[in-house]
Amino acid sequence: MKFVDEFRDAHLIRQAAGEIRRLADPARHYRLMEVCGGHTHAIYRFALKDVLPDNIELVHGPGCPVCVLPMGRVDDGLSIASDPKVILATFGDMMRVPGRNGTPLEHKARGADIRMVYSPLDALKLAEKNPDREVVFFAIGFETTAPSTALTLMRARALGIRNFSVFCNHVTIIPAIRAILDSPDMRIEAFIGPGHVSTVIGCRPYEFICRDYKRPLVTSGFEPLDVLQSIVMILRQLEAGTAFVENQYARVVPWEGNLPALRAMAEVFELRPYFEWRGLGFISQSALKLRDSYAAWDAESRFHIPGIRVTDPKAAQCGEVLKGVLKPHQCKLFGRECTPEKPVGALMVSSEGACAAYYNYALRTTAAAAV
Amino acid sequence: MPDYKAQIRFSDSQIEMAHGAGGKASRRLIEGLIAPALGGPLLEALGDAALVEIAGARLAFTADSFVVKPLRFPGGSIGDLAVNGTVNDLAVSGAKPAALLVTLILEAGLSSEVLEVELRAIAAAARHAGVVVVGGDTKVVEHGMADGMYITTAGIGAVDPRATCSPKLVKPGDRILLSGPIGDHGITILLARGEIDLETDLRSDTRPVYPMIEALIGRVGSGVKWMRDPTRGGVASSLNELAADARVAIALFEETVPVREQVRGACEILGLEPMHIANEGQFLAVVAPECAEEALDAVRSVAGGEEAVFIGEVREAPARTVLSISAYGGTRVVDMLVGDPLPRIC
Repeated sequence: MKFVDEFRDAHLIRQAAGEIRRLADPARHYRLMEVCGGHTHAIYRFALKDVLPDNIELVHGPGCPVCVLPMGRVDDGLSIASDPKVILATFGDMMRVPGRNGTPLEHKARGADIRMVYSPLDALKLAEKNPDREVVFFAIGFETTAPSTALTLMRARALGIRNFSVFCNHVTIIPAIRAILDSPDMRIEAFIGPGHVSTVIGCRPYEFICRDYKRPLVTSGFEPLDVLQSIVMILRQLEAGTAFVENQYARVVPWEGNLPALRAMAEVFELRPYFEWRGLGFISQSALKLRDSYAAWDAESRFHIPGIRVTDPKAAQCGEVLKGVLKPHQCKLFGRECTPEKPVGALMVSSEGACAAYYNYALRTTAAAAV
Repeated sequence: MPDYKAQIRFSDSQIEMAHGAGGKASRRLIEGLIAPALGGPLLEALGDAALVEIAGARLAFTADSFVVKPLRFPGGSIGDLAVNGTVNDLAVSGAKPAALLVTLILEAGLSSEVLEVELRAIAAAARHAGVVVVGGDTKVVEHGMADGMYITTAGIGAVDPRATCSPKLVKPGDRILLSGPIGDHGITILLARGEIDLETDLRSDTRPVYPMIEALIGRVGSGVKWMRDPTRGGVASSLNELAADARVAIALFEETVPVREQVRGACEILGLEPMHIANEGQFLAVVAPECAEEALDAVRSVAGGEEAVFIGEVREAPARTVLSISAYGGTRVVDMLVGDPLPRIC
């Protein structure tokens, strides 16, 4: 496959790993955070840790949208779906996320009309096909998916489709990174920047990390070679004592971002004063809501949303894992009460969650090392 | 009453789609609830077909239900799937498929033209597979109850005396043979549902695998230690079951697992693992190392078996684990399918 196979070439991967070993000072320990869940997934799926020296530690960041959604918001969405007039549409990832009384899949099995869609436009099509029903799109995601929700809402308005609305849970990445940088237990030296988000927001919004916190950030693609090359770029900066934003993923990420996508988001969304993040608590101006001009398509205006708040299960340590303080297997529930099949914490739900990635791909590789 | 006790506890409060997807939840349902309830040592093997001895004859006996949507898809339809799925379960049990019972559950309102087309497909597939339809049943249910039609087929065949497959025979050093590219059927169905706007020329791989297996057993006999057709849950789930049942490790060499470009592309876009995707015309076999090359030659010599390859080997540790080893030396676990394969968002 063009633009995939080139970045999985075994010879080049070994070369990049060699370059990392050459650059890494054996007397130092490097803690690098991969902000995005897509990177976490790639790191485990391609077993990249096996080719890295031991003193490079990769720490999972807050960039999995399913993982950072608090349970209360899941329950709020499911309460909308309890109305028999409603078809609740959402992405596949959301279907296994547990609320207090079960996942969307379990609610579906009990009779709620919950459908999996591949894009918000498919949800809009559902509304067109079912004029006597109310179709609510349960929107999640960072700036990666927010533009497609915005464009769908613009289309709904242009077409005058009134039986469609969005339960908006879009969040923004920059405040989450800032929250991690400001956290008292922060020990990250550099960031592997989120590639998909950056296709929309570009690289400029990360400059404060380098300027104010003196930490390098390299925006990275998702193939093995992308991640390794980003680590090479980070090590070069760390060894030179510099901190600036670099763009490894330039084949996809424009430095200034995707202006039409940003315009669509600005047209439809505004920042919420605050939003709760799972594991990270309330972060101000960290999430999006629909502007008043789109109130007619805003599920939060059209339906009674109970505003459920659910504290995370006490023993689950999702927050510590999200902040990079704990490794997934160090959580008390990992692999016992909490598995991908029966997740307690959100990090075990999505394939991009650190715990699910660790469980699915790496749980038994310690034993495998002997093979 | 046979003393069959569940090793796995089934505590799920309701049945969900995942219980039928061929992965962990399916296995939990079967081992934790169905097998203990229906009991019996013959059920304990949980193979693709039951092996029974009647009046001195060793027979393989199996049944499967087909609820595919849409009814027709590139490369096949519910009719030929209903035949091939069942004859393949017999074939991987080491039996030559002989006869089928076909039960039709028809939904009121189904066009008779559609039914006729599927009956012809069943007849053609049975002829092609060398089996005869010897009976069955027909039921009609109310409109909205059966997605057009469901088909259940039961099949019987005589077990080849040279076939002695069992997970207990699988030992470190044995090789894992795969008959051809994986994921064609699952991805074809996903795309045929029209929920994703992806266009490919992909076709389901539905076909009978017996000719390849006949050649394999004919050439290496008891050198074949285990076989399975990796349908729902894909190659990953079948091999995990083997690893668990035989208490061994399976090492796959990632580069050698054949996956067509279209399947890889769709899986990349949708965030799916090709090794979890269903197949309907492939089989896996574990063969002893000393007859490995002969086994591969045998399968490749049959029309349709040209793409057969060795994809890995059996190792001692870590037991009950399937590992995939990349060309650059990375090792990852390949687990059973969890739930239904659901695409991730970004």
